[in-house]
Amino acid sequence: MTTEMLAKPATDKSASHRRHAMNLRTKRHPGRYISRIGIILVGLVFFFPFVWMIATSLKPTSEVFSTGSSLLASRIEWSNYITAWTSIPFGQVIANSFLVAVSGAVLTTVVSLLSAYAFARLQFKHRDKLFLVFLGTLVLPQEVLVIPLYIMMNKLELVNSLPALIVPFAFGAFGAFLIRQFLLSLPVEFEEAARIDGAGSIRILWSVILPLVRAPLAVVAVFSFIDYWSSFLWPLIVINDVSQATIPLGLSMFSGERGTDWGPLMAAATVAVIPSLLVVILLQRQLVKGVSMGGFGGR
Amino acid sequence: MTALPTLAVKNGKKPTAITGHGRLAAAYLAPGMLGFLIFIVLPLIASLVISLFDWPLFGAPEFVGLDNYVRMLSGDPVFWTVLGNTLFFAVCYTVLNLVLALGLSTWLHNLGSWGPFFRVLFFIPVVTPMVANALVWRLMLTDDGVVNSFLANFGIAGPSWLSDSQLAMGSLIAMSVWQGVGYNIIVLGAGLNSISPNLLEAARIDGAGPWQRFFQVVLPMLSPSLFFCTVMTIIGSFKVFTQPYLLTLGGPGESTNTIVLYLYRNGFSFDKLGYASALAWALFVIVMLITALQFSQQKRLVNYDN
Repeated sequence: MTTEMLAKPATDKSASHRRHAMNLRTKRHPGRYISRIGIILVGLVFFFPFVWMIATSLKPTSEVFSTGSSLLASRIEWSNYITAWTSIPFGQVIANSFLVAVSGAVLTTVVSLLSAYAFARLQFKHRDKLFLVFLGTLVLPQEVLVIPLYIMMNKLELVNSLPALIVPFAFGAFGAFLIRQFLLSLPVEFEEAARIDGAGSIRILWSVILPLVRAPLAVVAVFSFIDYWSSFLWPLIVINDVSQATIPLGLSMFSGERGTDWGPLMAAATVAVIPSLLVVILLQRQLVKGVSMGGFGGR
Repeated sequence: MTALPTLAVKNGKKPTAITGHGRLAAAYLAPGMLGFLIFIVLPLIASLVISLFDWPLFGAPEFVGLDNYVRMLSGDPVFWTVLGNTLFFAVCYTVLNLVLALGLSTWLHNLGSWGPFFRVLFFIPVVTPMVANALVWRLMLTDDGVVNSFLANFGIAGPSWLSDSQLAMGSLIAMSVWQGVGYNIIVLGAGLNSISPNLLEAARIDGAGPWQRFFQVVLPMLSPSLFFCTVMTIIGSFKVFTQPYLLTLGGPGESTNTIVLYLYRNGFSFDKLGYASALAWALFVIVMLITALQFSQQKRLVNYDN
């Protein structure tokens, strides 16, 4: 692995570049309208699966297939959402998902911040070598680790528990890498000034560093939240009791039990998709930043 | 590309006030590095050890040496099938994903103020749970699903997208590209944004046409982003699991079975954790070899001087 191993594209979009580019490219000419109509069509086709998900969630089960390619059935079946809610303990499953995703994100962010600070600011033996080894695990497929992790959880009697979903995947290198890169771009003068004023190390981390690194911390938190929220293989392995399931596992159990009951299944899927949609809409900037730093490991 | 933050492992800044305090560093690093050892390094080694055993879910493991590997390579035709399927998936998925992402991100880049909106739209399936995405695709692609109903409007009798062994893998690839392409659109979009318009303007003045500008200027300038996308997309493609698990159950026959699905089944349906670990190591070695190969070619393929 070379030093450019995680060479990644620059994220900072120079506003003047963009404005300039826009002036050059979007001067009036007919191609522009064709281009815009084209992208609307592509966008509609692309978004269609979500439209179909919502449409199906509002169809009576008997009409899911008989309505063909029509978005609407003879009536709007809101009760699918109630069926979804009651037939698996869906409230419990959603609560589990939030608990796992939030505590996983908090744990990941805290651990990453501490490691990143040490790797960016402290001097110790073999620091850069250790960091490189740690970083190498960014390209290690987690799927390679699931068998021993399962045996470990089994030995610790943590199978079917939420900690088994949270703890093992909180120690990846992505968060530490991202925060470290950010810290390296900050001047050390603030910390030095605080140190001269007599602040201790923990104090410096808490009241000097923390306010400065909010942006990368948010990126790490958002990414780990989504990772935990969407994770499927590991919950499928380590959880077999629906009362401990997260949403993806709940959905797959639901489809296994009532594979043909598409109305309620799509209602549950719609509910599962909404938090992710909110994240995308509200936290675009963090997502764009995290993606270009290797977040999600190329899912 | 102005601020390409290559990973400088050498940490240039030497803090002047703190000079080397191992103990302090140890305190900060303890949680992260302990977790790294326990949940990443240890399982990786344990996986290798377990692969040398006949290891049932319950009951005593029995040491069998390299038997699992011998069986995998010479006694189990399914292994070669799933390996072939995974490679086929990886190649098709990566090529389609990158070509589409390159085309769409270039398109969006030239859309002016509309670009960011559509960039976000294409990114949505990346963050929505894969299980939900896969289930709605299964609904759409079933024999009497919306895709075939739509085709029927034009008098076309749609095929069995998920249960025809000729088509099932194609359906998985299509679903996966839909799911993943937004990721690369974002990365390549950021890459495009950082190309100076002056450079393109200069090429235009020198008489380069649009295609020439794209291939001679944009593509070389974009090569770091493209390299990053390629590495990440290939790694991701070898891990494919949820799509075949939910859309086709690996079938019909073994036609859409993949390494990770086969690993999962060996471990947790067939009660062969040892064999599953051998498969895991095969996956690990393949991914590492491909990644190493890519990095060895990086200097040749990627243009880092701006």
